[in-house]
Amino acid sequence: MTGQCHVSLREAVRRYDGPPAVHALGPVNLEIRRGEFFSVVGPSGCGKSTLLDVISGLVRPSSGSVHFEDKELRGEVPDGVGVVFQEDSSMPWLSVRDNVAFGLRTSGLPKKEVAGRVDHAIRFMGLAQFAGHYPAQLSGGMRQRVCIARTLVLRPRLILLDEPFGALDQQTRLLMGDELLRLWRETGATVLLITHALDEAAMLSDRVGVMSARPGHFIDMVETGWPRDRDSRVISDPKFGALTARLWSSLREESLKTMGHAA
Amino acid sequence: MRRRRAAFVVRAAILAALIAMLEVGCRTGAIDPLTVIPPSDMVASMVGQIGSGELDASIVSTFSTILIAFVLAVILGIATGATIHRFARLRDVADPLLASYYSVPTFIFYPLLVALLGLGKAPLVVLGILSAVPAVVISTLSGLDSVAPVLMKVARVHRLTAARTLWWIVLPAALPHLFTGFKLALSYALIGVIAGEFILSGSGLGYAISFAYQSFDNRTMYGAMLFVLLVAVIANGILYMWEGRLARRRSRG
Ligand SMILES: Nc1ncnc2c1ncn2[C@@H]1O[C@H](COP(=O)(O)OP(=O)(O)OP(=O)(O)O)[C@@H](O)[C@H]1O
Ligand SMILES: [Mg+2]
Repeated sequence: MTGQCHVSLREAVRRYDGPPAVHALGPVNLEIRRGEFFSVVGPSGCGKSTLLDVISGLVRPSSGSVHFEDKELRGEVPDGVGVVFQEDSSMPWLSVRDNVAFGLRTSGLPKKEVAGRVDHAIRFMGLAQFAGHYPAQLSGGMRQRVCIARTLVLRPRLILLDEPFGALDQQTRLLMGDELLRLWRETGATVLLITHALDEAAMLSDRVGVMSARPGHFIDMVETGWPRDRDSRVISDPKFGALTARLWSSLREESLKTMGHAA
Repeated sequence: MRRRRAAFVVRAAILAALIAMLEVGCRTGAIDPLTVIPPSDMVASMVGQIGSGELDASIVSTFSTILIAFVLAVILGIATGATIHRFARLRDVADPLLASYYSVPTFIFYPLLVALLGLGKAPLVVLGILSAVPAVVISTLSGLDSVAPVLMKVARVHRLTAARTLWWIVLPAALPHLFTGFKLALSYALIGVIAGEFILSGSGLGYAISFAYQSFDNRTMYGAMLFVLLVAVIANGILYMWEGRLARRRSRG
């Protein structure tokens, strides 16, 4: 299943016209393998969310190209891509159940199938008791889980997650990480996870890309070598410490740059 | 919830006290009956006029005019608001005009409207629309401003058509603001239409009130006034409750 290229970026650059004009990203060259769990870490404001916009097809790169399943993206999100955004994107006027079902409104699937998938996703994300609640009645982390569930029901072949656990405490993060791994194994989807937590990247991923300060490009690629059936307990593996240390040494200088310090 | 109920009770109590004072004042002769009649007489007059059917034609004519003006104002206002929102340049021009609109007394154009459109329903509808439309435009603009950009991204990820994006995302997201506009629009349409009937019209509730006034028929005048007041309050109350039901889900508590 792995090995084949699922997503590729060639010299992808993204500028915002402004004013002020901002060179936000790139040039980025990247290939994500089908079924790979790939994470991106990088200093704040380096262009991680911009990278996600480009890979999802939401925005076209200013130059260079993006391919998904061998088709070039031209400013449209292709079928088979699911995105969980950094900001809360739950719909306050819909209940949790209807939020999750929103993903399937246009699917044309039979009602029973829709209900089944929605129930499964709600249970999977631990929201079963809250199906009738509205987002305003949930915590930030729970709302983010609603958004993840809304993406899951679509059964995407590529799942893009932009700091989905940002609003969670450390214990919940670890558990959600396990859920994410389980999901990844069950669905066989390719996962791209953007995170600011180095330990999270080291624990979950097959491979971690380290981005430079803005304009972000990859300055390091780290293969973790974890088995496919891993879970959060890998953090007690001595290799985990080494991986996290490697990520930090790559990232330290870049982070200093964004803080306005010389390296 | 409990606080809202308490506020409601206090409000009702103040109103009841004022009415009772008026009643007592009129009955004891402290207030000249040629100025104000006792509230109980107003109610009796209103019930009598409605029961006799003498107001039927006026009621139908006035409220159908208000309804037409309101509906057209909502449609026109949303369309205009959406257009202005779409084009930033247009907005630069329109914003100050909208902000100062209500300092213009639209009624002064009523004679002109009559000259242009005749004495029928048309000038009243136009006056109602003129009064109501800016409130809808303004609330449409703030509603569209309030749609989170990330929700538009969600629409694109789900590959929704423009119509579905509008119907499933933009409208529900903007609805709380739109509702404020609808409430104002209903009030303004009512004021515009009834004031128009007052000034220069041969029919409708506004005309009936002004006619009674000119014939020194206080009883009829106050009965009709009370009726207009009650309908306005009830219509607004319905919109208010509907809005509250929508809002409660979307807010904490
Ligand atoms: N719409 C926009 N217009 C102009 N500049 C933008 C826009 N969106 C992002 N930028 C700029 O592009 C750069 C990268 O932004 P981006 O959101 O991709 O960073 P990020 O790595 O996701 O940051 P964070 O870690 O804080 O989420 C930032 O400097 C930001 O100011
Ligand atoms: Mg970001």
